[in-house]
Amino acid sequence: MAAIYNLFIINKSGGLIFYKDYGSAGRMDTNDSLRLASLWHSMHAISQQLSPTTGCFGIELLQADNFDLHCFQSLTGTKFFVVCEPGAQHMEGLLKVIYELYTDFVLKNPFYEMEMPIRCELFDIHLSQAIQKDRLVLLGR
Amino acid sequence: MAPVVPRSGDAVFANVERVNAELFTLTYGAIVRQLLTDLEEVEEVNKQLDQMGYNIGVRLIDEFLAKSNISRCVDFKETAEVIAKVGFKMFLGVTATVTNWDVEGTSCSLVLEDNPLVEFVELPDTCQGLYYCNILSGVIRGALEMVSMKTEVTWVRDMLHGDDAYELRVKLIKQVPEEYPYKDDE
Repeated sequence: MAAIYNLFIINKSGGLIFYKDYGSAGRMDTNDSLRLASLWHSMHAISQQLSPTTGCFGIELLQADNFDLHCFQSLTGTKFFVVCEPGAQHMEGLLKVIYELYTDFVLKNPFYEMEMPIRCELFDIHLSQAIQKDRLVLLGR
Repeated sequence: MAPVVPRSGDAVFANVERVNAELFTLTYGAIVRQLLTDLEEVEEVNKQLDQMGYNIGVRLIDEFLAKSNISRCVDFKETAEVIAKVGFKMFLGVTATVTNWDVEGTSCSLVLEDNPLVEFVELPDTCQGLYYCNILSGVIRGALEMVSMKTEVTWVRDMLHGDDAYELRVKLIKQVPEEYPYKDDE
């Protein structure tokens, strides 16, 4: 059983630059994923406004009955978020690993244009390895 | 999960893949030399190097943040320290010292005693106006711009021009707020 349903990366202006789903649950078409990404971008921004104290940087974890959403925003404004089974562990760590992979295999690719959709095979390969590893950790519990 | 602790420049430097220093230095030399041939004007080369640095900086900042686990700096002073101690160490293998703060705390100097880019370089008379390491100023400007700081970076001292160290002046022009314009009438 897959722990992660889907992974999204959105650029600083709210455009979806990467989407991938894992397993059959929660699969969605391109339009839906684009719409959800920009919706999340706005909700994230609103959550900062909701904070009664200053220094809030937006939603990090959203928990629902049948899924968890973990979001990580880099200081440069790129957001990485995964939708996963409720209670799935190590998601912050995984997002951090994905961020590192993004800096290595996306940003360092000279033919990748900033803020544009990610089409980098090396990134895909390393990403699936990282997710695979994460699953093994889960199975090993 | 244990909180992520910022890593020192040395720790990151020890963990990333590195290339031979000579290869790095000579490759940079070849780039500068080719730019001089292509653009002919020294001024143009300075501009081009700065632009190239900027393009590197806007991408490099994410790698820096991802691998050093640095979180938000409280002020520009901390930012400057982080660049000098962690940033320079991580990417160039040397550290800089931060000095000469102005009273407002918006501009300071980064002094490099050791600079791997210039290992074999002697500037000929025809290139006296060349800022050989101008790529570095572009990198800093580009990187800071991505974390909402508009800066101006200029060379004050340059060992290739006979000074005793490399000194970069970093001036914070403005901090662009990250908040979204959420009021209708703005």
